[in-house]
Amino acid sequence: MATIFQGLRGGAAAALTNSIDSKKLLSRSTRRSLSERKVSFPVVRSDGSVNLNPGGSNARARRVDQLITNAVATKADSSAASSTSKPGHELLLFEALREGLEEEMDRDPHVCVMGEDVGHYGGSYKVTRGLAVKYGDLRVLDTPIAENSFTGMGIGAAMTGLRPIVEGMNMGFLLLAFNQISNNCGMLHYTSGGQFTIPVVIRGPGGVGRQLGAEHSQRLESYFQSIPGIQMVACSTPYNAKGLMKAAIRSENPVILFEHVLLYNLKERIPDEEYICNLEEAEMVRPGEHVTILTYSRMRYHVMQAAKTLVNKGYDPEVIDIRSLKPFDLHMIGNSVKKTHRVLIVEECMRTGGIGASLTAAITENFHDYLDAPIVCLSSQDVPTPYAGTLEEWTVVQPAQIVTAVEQLCQ
Amino acid sequence: MRFLSESTGMRIPCYSVLDGNGEIIVGSDYEQLSEEIAVKMYTSMVTLQMMDTIFYEAQRQGRISFYMTSTGEEAISIAAAAALTADDIILPQYREPGILLWRGFTIEEFASQCFGNKDDCGKGRQMPNHYGSKKLNFVTISSPIATQLPQAVGVAYSLKMDKKDACVVTYTGDGGTSEGDFHAALNFAAVTEAPVVFICRNNGWAISTNISEQFRSDGIVVRGRAYGIRSIRVDGNDALAVYSAIHTAREMAISEQMPVLVEALSYRVGHHSTSDDSTKYRSVDEIEYWKKVRDPVNRFRKWVERNGWWSEEEESELRSSMKKQLLQAIQVAEKTEKPPLKELFSDVYDVPPPNLREQEKQLRETIIRYPQDYPSDVPL
Repeated sequence: MATIFQGLRGGAAAALTNSIDSKKLLSRSTRRSLSERKVSFPVVRSDGSVNLNPGGSNARARRVDQLITNAVATKADSSAASSTSKPGHELLLFEALREGLEEEMDRDPHVCVMGEDVGHYGGSYKVTRGLAVKYGDLRVLDTPIAENSFTGMGIGAAMTGLRPIVEGMNMGFLLLAFNQISNNCGMLHYTSGGQFTIPVVIRGPGGVGRQLGAEHSQRLESYFQSIPGIQMVACSTPYNAKGLMKAAIRSENPVILFEHVLLYNLKERIPDEEYICNLEEAEMVRPGEHVTILTYSRMRYHVMQAAKTLVNKGYDPEVIDIRSLKPFDLHMIGNSVKKTHRVLIVEECMRTGGIGASLTAAITENFHDYLDAPIVCLSSQDVPTPYAGTLEEWTVVQPAQIVTAVEQLCQ
Repeated sequence: MRFLSESTGMRIPCYSVLDGNGEIIVGSDYEQLSEEIAVKMYTSMVTLQMMDTIFYEAQRQGRISFYMTSTGEEAISIAAAAALTADDIILPQYREPGILLWRGFTIEEFASQCFGNKDDCGKGRQMPNHYGSKKLNFVTISSPIATQLPQAVGVAYSLKMDKKDACVVTYTGDGGTSEGDFHAALNFAAVTEAPVVFICRNNGWAISTNISEQFRSDGIVVRGRAYGIRSIRVDGNDALAVYSAIHTAREMAISEQMPVLVEALSYRVGHHSTSDDSTKYRSVDEIEYWKKVRDPVNRFRKWVERNGWWSEEEESELRSSMKKQLLQAIQVAEKTEKPPLKELFSDVYDVPPPNLREQEKQLRETIIRYPQDYPSDVPL
């Protein structure tokens, strides 16, 4: 899939396409070390340094330093790191989403938003606050309560030239829109012989929150992952939230952007300059040597918390936020597996048919020879999320379990 | 305390212009038709009727896998298409190929889609009869019922943002009005003041479900008021009435920026599709009656002939040349190559991603190893 990179030289974008060539990935005769890898992050990093053309191990070392600084976007870290002379600006994740949305609405008059309470109410999670006042009721449309219908409406609008962003108040409600998403959103470009494109973005909060009950705590990424024709990404930091929002809007394919209810108030300092994140790429959170930990969304923070404990115990875990749930970034994942030979997947999906299940299959199929141990997948149990706080806490993978799993994996 | 009765007692009257003999009913108001438009409407209706007969037969002979006729409902699609402009965007259900025919889709293009060959603009991806043409503003048909209705509201929303002098016309059947999407689409259209014309082809049957089992209201027209939508009931077998009603509905939709609901009463003469045998659930007499006595094409023909715009010779000339063209089109389409293998993987996304490229590579390797198992009319 072609992704547009604003403000970058053409060469970088071309290198990017080359780097996802699965043929090179699979041939064992050319084992490429990380330092030989072509550019994947020709973007401005959130600590303000610019990384335009890394091509050797020097660049990698530089990137390693930058990345470790931003391993965990917690309030403590950013306040310690922030000072008046630092470039960029601080904001919360929901504000980052709004900033991305606003920039795209300024840039292209065809971009519009539709959903319940997105207009003057500003959205249930404040992502669209202020936009209706600025762009008018027609571009930020409040819809009656019928998910299948406003998703269908978004698809119809997309087919005739608009670029709608459809907000589900909670991802779980989008189950009502499954018909439109699967049968039309994913399929119409194909069944019309390429005549009609559907550049729609479907977004909303999902995941297990704080005692929201079973229906409001769903992980829809596992249900949607089979639908052909759609792309799925999950954001986890203000930086990638804004970047992924912008990339999703500019993509010609329908994209589902998964946000997490508990991550909206994360604070981070992001660049003032414009940037976009690649929709098909994973994010290297913490490079390491002993084990590859693959995760996304909120579990990234549980993993990083476990990582601190693991580092104290002498382990060196490599943490990758897979970000792109469909398709998987098998390039970055593969290179990591080839280095560490051990994989732990930490996800919030349920055990059966989750993202972890597909990822396990994909890694086993492609990198079986590089594994020294079976892949371990930590997921939520196959139960509806209970309301009681103590029970709810234990349906979600906790840092202690992650530490134990790594210790067992590395024996 | 007074409850509103569940019915008004009197049924909503039906707007009609031509009587059963093709004569204008005294005192009716209608849009005048020019000879050119009237003759084009008539010849299109005959063409549609013949295409349905011949393509249906082709399916029975095993040459195409599936087909759906619009027999008995020719006026609803063609008269409506005649009243619209080329800029009006159509979101059909599946019994409206008459609109494509009116707008210039050729017999050969219809045949190509049914055979799924390389000349199909849908690249052989959809079932027969699921036509689509962006050029002719006819959105590709999707099988699930009523999904096009909320999409139509979205398209109208897009036209509204661009302030275009055009509207959206979307179709559904009597059965489709039971779907949740029907309710929400009408509700949305009213709330967003979208310029959509909803046409419901009430043809009495949804496969084997008769309208008495589909709803208890007085048809569909009464539902418009429930949503705050202006509506009309029209005789769907009366080409002049359909033409006039749609012409007016379109003007209202665009100038007043509001949705309009049109219920067109008709009868589904044919089976639901080639997978159905309707004699299993309705009497042959009923079908014959509607086919012979209440045929919309004959009714319109009488009016056109009475105006001196059509003759017996032109009729036989049209029918024989059209039959030849149809049979020829089927023969040619049958022999034409299918789309090449790469079209199995293209258009899923804008550019095929690594996993699809990988899957294509694996498929090609399998074909090289077992060429005898691979069909000969699909180029590699």
